[in-house]
Amino acid sequence: MGMTMTQKILAAHAGLDKVEAGQLIEANLDLVLGNDITSPVAIKEMEKMKVDGVFDKDKIALVPDHFVPNKDIKSAEHCKCVREFAYRNKITNYFEVGEMGIEHALLPEKGLTVAGDVIIGADSHTCTYGALGAFSTGVGSTDMAAGMATGKAWFKVPSAIKFNLTGKPSEWVSGKDVILHIIGMIGVDGALYKSMEFVGEGVANLTMDDRFTIANMAIEAGGKNGIFPVDELAAAYMKEHSDKPYTVYEADADAVYEEEYTIDLSTLRPTIAFPHLPENTKTIDEIKEDIVIDQVVIGSCTNGRIDDMRIAAKVLQGRHIAKGIRCIVIPATQAVYLQAMEEGLLKIFVEAGAVVSTPTCGPCLGGYMGILAQGERCVSTTNRNFVGRMGHVESEIYLASPAVAAASAVAGKISCPCRLD
Amino acid sequence: MKAAKGTVFKYGDNVDTDVIIPARYLNSSDPAELALHCMEDIDKDFIHRVAKGDIIVATKNFGCGSSREHAPIAIKAAGVSCVIAETFARIFYRNAINIGLPIVECPEAAREIDAGDTVEVNFDTGVITDVTKGTTYQGQAFPEFMQQIIDAEGLVNYINGR
Repeated sequence: MGMTMTQKILAAHAGLDKVEAGQLIEANLDLVLGNDITSPVAIKEMEKMKVDGVFDKDKIALVPDHFVPNKDIKSAEHCKCVREFAYRNKITNYFEVGEMGIEHALLPEKGLTVAGDVIIGADSHTCTYGALGAFSTGVGSTDMAAGMATGKAWFKVPSAIKFNLTGKPSEWVSGKDVILHIIGMIGVDGALYKSMEFVGEGVANLTMDDRFTIANMAIEAGGKNGIFPVDELAAAYMKEHSDKPYTVYEADADAVYEEEYTIDLSTLRPTIAFPHLPENTKTIDEIKEDIVIDQVVIGSCTNGRIDDMRIAAKVLQGRHIAKGIRCIVIPATQAVYLQAMEEGLLKIFVEAGAVVSTPTCGPCLGGYMGILAQGERCVSTTNRNFVGRMGHVESEIYLASPAVAAASAVAGKISCPCRLD
Repeated sequence: MKAAKGTVFKYGDNVDTDVIIPARYLNSSDPAELALHCMEDIDKDFIHRVAKGDIIVATKNFGCGSSREHAPIAIKAAGVSCVIAETFARIFYRNAINIGLPIVECPEAAREIDAGDTVEVNFDTGVITDVTKGTTYQGQAFPEFMQQIIDAEGLVNYINGR
């Protein structure tokens, strides 16, 4: 019986020739990540451990991104706690405001996550790095503390679901539509405790940014991780961004999958998740009624990369956001921001009537920078539309791609570029 | 015998960590402060009614969404002695074990127990008793390794004791 991609990476990091689903292992970690919300709790827990500092100052990444630039005094205290811990322990990869970005966009860009790595992060969207062929998964603060102290974490080896992707997505269909389609199909606990392995000739038709978006939302199906094979595009991305050596793992031909799905990307349509679960999906064609909105957010660890900015700008160029709609664009990192500026995208956003923010998770989790009032509706390229996620418990979030979000901002209701004049 | 006994607060599927502890309160990491807002966006009355020892029962995928450990911390600090569910989201499951919040997976109990029932959980045997209904259920046992973390009352003590 063979192993999946994920099982092979875990076996190698546990010093074992073979692992099987359900087995409990202890694995060596290549990177431990935390942000300004989860790290203060982890730091407090680590201080209770009888250890002498961190296991490796080069293998920890601390990224204040949720409530920065500091939104209030308490947040400032949290960030100060993280900053002081980073300096005290000489953490190489601490990213201050001005050099930071939303963690899951930032780390691949900085070359800190590569194929074959085992990565834990005290943030549920840590699963993003599976786009590069790494095993990466979200944990809580105490796991992060133990990871920083010992360089190890325990895992139950997951079983897997295989998604065989074929075909090429049509215009205005992106990675976001692929993952929303999948979550709509299997549900928010459809991959609970499992790996989601994305394979097939259709992968070649997805950009790296598409793959980051897909892996990023594996958690929204309950998945432990999402992972892609390493092809030429992924290898080129790592070559461009990283000096770290990497290892490519491929699933065995006789690897066992609990379920298998085949998805023809050419048949997918722009897909929107209705309140209040990411599984409540409809294609744009299924939406017959006018869903009038108040706000649009384009950004986040899911959709704040350069491809996303380009698609949004393509839709907004020469158009204007509807009267009364607030459109907030948040490039995910300083590098994305700079590139968007150099390509003239920020000018397009501002001329269209959008605001452009410094990188922050801000509105995605109802932190700040775009909180919703009672009864308000938002089309957002973020990842969760739970009750109260972006503000008032009686507000509504519709999850969508940057193309749909930008078109909706122009139309003042849920729309897609194909429906604009 | 390690055990819990209390009145049940009952919830449905997919109770996410955003409703357990909304992000607007995550500028604090103080358990007592977090407890004041526990379950606020799903049940505004929870914090006014919960008594020490009470038990949360929910159906599928409890604790899905954000990895915030603040969620089990808030539940524990609110006085809840145990959470019973059909299934738990995996990060919440890890977090609860790591901070020493007792959790039990038991689909039958999770479906049948009602709000307001008095329920007793024996952590040694995994037996759940609905005292009000006079029914008993067998919760799923933890693997030995996890049981050791639970016995140490969390991962920090477990690591310190190794």
